[in-house]
Amino acid sequence: MIAQPEPKKDVLARRDAIVAGLRALLPPDGVIAEPLRLKPYETDGLSAYRQVPLVVVLPETTEQVAAVMAFCHREGVRVVPRGAGTSLSGGALPMADAVVLGLMRMNRILDIDYADRCAVVQAGVTNIGITQAVQERGFFYAPDPSSQLACMIGGNVNMNSGGAHCLRYGVTANNLLGLRVVTVEGEVLDIGGAHMDAAGYDWLGLLTGSEGQLAVVTEVTVRILRGPEGARAMLAAFRSNEIAGACVDSIIASGIIPVALEFMDRPAIHACEAFAHAGYPLDAEAMLIIEVEGSPAEQDDLLGRIKDICNRYDPISLKVSQSAEESAAIWKGRKGAFGAVGRISPDYLCMDGTIPTSRLPEVLGRIGAMSAEYGLQVANIFHAGDGNLHPLIMFDANDPESFRKAEHFGADILRLCVEVGGCLTGEHGVGVEKRDLMGVQFTEIELDQQRRIKSAFDPGWLLNPSKVFPLKAPPALTQAA
Amino acid sequence: MSETDTAWLTPGDEAGIAEAITAAHASGKPVLVCGNASKSGLLRPVQAAATLSTRALSGITLYSPQELIISARAGTKLADVAAAVAGKGQYIIAEPPDFSALLGSGAEPTLGGVVAANLSGPRRVAWGAMRDHVMGVRAVSGMGETIHSGGRVLKNVTGLDICKLLTGSYGTLAVITEVTLKVLPAPERRATLVLTGLDPMRGVAALSAALGSPYAVSAAAHLPAEQAARVPVLAWFGGAVTLARIEDFAPSVTYRTERLRADLAAFGLAEMLDNGASEAAWTAVRDAAPLVDSPGAVWRVSVRPSAGPAVTRAVEQAFGARWYMDWGGGLVWIAGPASEAAHDAVAAAARQSGGTWTLVRAPEAMRAAVAVIPPEPAALARISARVKAAFDPKGILNPGRMFAGL
Ligand SMILES: Cc1cc2nc3c(=O)[nH]c(=O)nc-3n(C[C@H](O)[C@H](O)[C@H](O)COP(=O)(O)OP(=O)(O)OC[C@H]3O[C@@H](n4cnc5c(N)ncnc54)[C@H](O)[C@@H]3O)c2cc1C
Repeated sequence: MIAQPEPKKDVLARRDAIVAGLRALLPPDGVIAEPLRLKPYETDGLSAYRQVPLVVVLPETTEQVAAVMAFCHREGVRVVPRGAGTSLSGGALPMADAVVLGLMRMNRILDIDYADRCAVVQAGVTNIGITQAVQERGFFYAPDPSSQLACMIGGNVNMNSGGAHCLRYGVTANNLLGLRVVTVEGEVLDIGGAHMDAAGYDWLGLLTGSEGQLAVVTEVTVRILRGPEGARAMLAAFRSNEIAGACVDSIIASGIIPVALEFMDRPAIHACEAFAHAGYPLDAEAMLIIEVEGSPAEQDDLLGRIKDICNRYDPISLKVSQSAEESAAIWKGRKGAFGAVGRISPDYLCMDGTIPTSRLPEVLGRIGAMSAEYGLQVANIFHAGDGNLHPLIMFDANDPESFRKAEHFGADILRLCVEVGGCLTGEHGVGVEKRDLMGVQFTEIELDQQRRIKSAFDPGWLLNPSKVFPLKAPPALTQAA
Repeated sequence: MSETDTAWLTPGDEAGIAEAITAAHASGKPVLVCGNASKSGLLRPVQAAATLSTRALSGITLYSPQELIISARAGTKLADVAAAVAGKGQYIIAEPPDFSALLGSGAEPTLGGVVAANLSGPRRVAWGAMRDHVMGVRAVSGMGETIHSGGRVLKNVTGLDICKLLTGSYGTLAVITEVTLKVLPAPERRATLVLTGLDPMRGVAALSAALGSPYAVSAAAHLPAEQAARVPVLAWFGGAVTLARIEDFAPSVTYRTERLRADLAAFGLAEMLDNGASEAAWTAVRDAAPLVDSPGAVWRVSVRPSAGPAVTRAVEQAFGARWYMDWGGGLVWIAGPASEAAHDAVAAAARQSGGTWTLVRAPEAMRAAVAVIPPEPAALARISARVKAAFDPKGILNPGRMFAGL
């Protein structure tokens, strides 16, 4: 378990006064302080870690967020911003002495501008909610994390989330134009806007992916894009990870950038097939889902080119979808991958490292060896075009030893990702989960440079502390429950 | 004082850069940081005893075409990076401009320079800015400490994104020593539809329709007759031109240009520029070629695209500006007299539309006297000052280059 800092005793002692102070700033139902009602906020998508917060506030406006932040700043109270709480790295894990600032009531779409291809939405609008609001005109918001039904744009901004289509459309950072944020002191700042490049420092870029360390996001101006005429998927199955990896290289080298290029290894194929009955080939060692866009003729042209390339790699099977339904069937297994693994093993850790794509076969080989060593199963799902690897490590939560092993296994995988030239996290963030591994990727000098940036925004380290950065000269550490 | 009057330090490796900065940090003496100084005429002039250039720090350190990644030392000429990736049928996504003619520097831009200035060309409107494709940097802070951020993979959210912070920071936080860029396969064919004779409002409306179409338009510009006449491949049309580019596999380009032409029929019958001619037109748009011969000052104004025409009207009325629009109307290039009155008019027009401005070219005295980019609101300026201090506590790196006193 990753250590959590000792709560501030003076804050715990002042809890009643703090709750009363917050109640004065918010609508009557905007403050949650009853133990039973606090329980649902005790964890996020990294559910092995739990901590009931001091109090939860649910503001409805930027002004209310500003009032809460100014109050907490004055009172020296820590704040943990929270969207939908789907973070897989424990980014939204509460603290016993912290106010959880939930943005879910700020769920309005404020403006849609088709002529300028942008929309202004509040932080608590769900990712899918943006696309739903603009799809009647054929537009969409591009980043599509698998959690898109639940996760919120404020969380996406703070995690710089990706999705299956970011090879073509980029991650969250590449699809933002502006933010309205509240500083730790409670001041409201507008960063960027509906225009493309703001002169001056790239605060938008720095705030994106900052995991709630620098400011609270209340409004987001996103780019919306006109959708393609259509999209179609194909499935290609191969005899080994090496062969599938080489095929991916050849596709990219041919000049084709598919909108999605997903890789599944044998355990992942089996788990997904058992769950979704998508018709995945069970005799394959590796499988690719490849999606292209355009008019039907353009799709035929691209899929034809890709098929020719795949055929050079002795595929076990190639299936080019002929319709939207067939494409959906091909995607069904992949999209249900987490649920599928969840059926084999109710508890799993979803890891998230990035590797240079050329090292994939070697990395999968070594993960396989570790899996045998730790005695834990693992299934690998890989955004093959951009090197983002998601090993799902299966364990038994009722067995503390099994969980301990799973955490060590996960850490070993991430060290391996860094060793081969990649990084600790491609899209899920550092949070609590990878905090203590930061030294694997960064020198102490580099971490201090990042800490100083944090201090520039948040001199008192009140915003979401004890995440992202290894605790430095930690005072008395206590083990999390 | 400009860079020509001062001592030039040109270390050949990162350790040399660190050594020079460590010395400057110890003495507290500011340095002017540059690559090849091709853009030293951009933004505010820097008062410094010495110039620290990355120009000797050159060479491609990694190129993995199938991973869409190239790394090079900061002083590598942009043209050399472009040539290397072109050799494998790829390109630099943001289409970075070359302002050496516009700024009269005659010097070739370096990779570090275009990244430090976050300069993007026409493709920005569809594919993002330079900063969107900087996957990794190595740099030396104002304390002489060597740091890296990002890496050589395409997806990376580990820690704070210092890559983005340094991109566009004009050497005021750290000296970039190496950059890793994402690149993409170059298209098989490029073609540009040209509508003629539209006024700015109609031109931007056409561009909005093009960018809002499903045909993946990758660049969108409008040039009034006066500026179109200065670009050889566009002069031929004899009036204002509205340009929309499509780049992809050849059959796709054929299909999509036809469809788009039909969709834009209400704006007139579009003609077409193919490969070479299309390239020539966009290089001119990218490098502000239509304004190079204009005396006086040059600005870039960034606004929501539909506000572009209002900006052009305002500056025309204020000082008879010459202008053209890129990024679908969202980037307005303006030329006019190098006077504070003209500058104030540009800034006011940008503000009116909720956008920002950059004074790209002006005599040194003017660049020292006016805000070359919009001043930040007080709460943000405080954060800027603290972030500056977090990298460069003694204020020795390019002091005053972006904001007076920072
Ligand atoms: C089943 C499942 C599938 C997933 N698939 C993907 C995927 O494909 N790609 C991907 O990238 N991620 C994925 N995730 C991870 C997660 O959904 C993303 O990280 C998402 O962006 C989190 O959004 P959220 O609203 O749940 O944020 P939360 O989990 O509530 O918060 C995330 C972080 O952001 C901070 N934060 C949230 N809102 C704000 C705000 N308004 N201001 C300041 N800080 C804020 C929090 O403090 C925390 O550090 C998946 C998660 C699950 C459970």
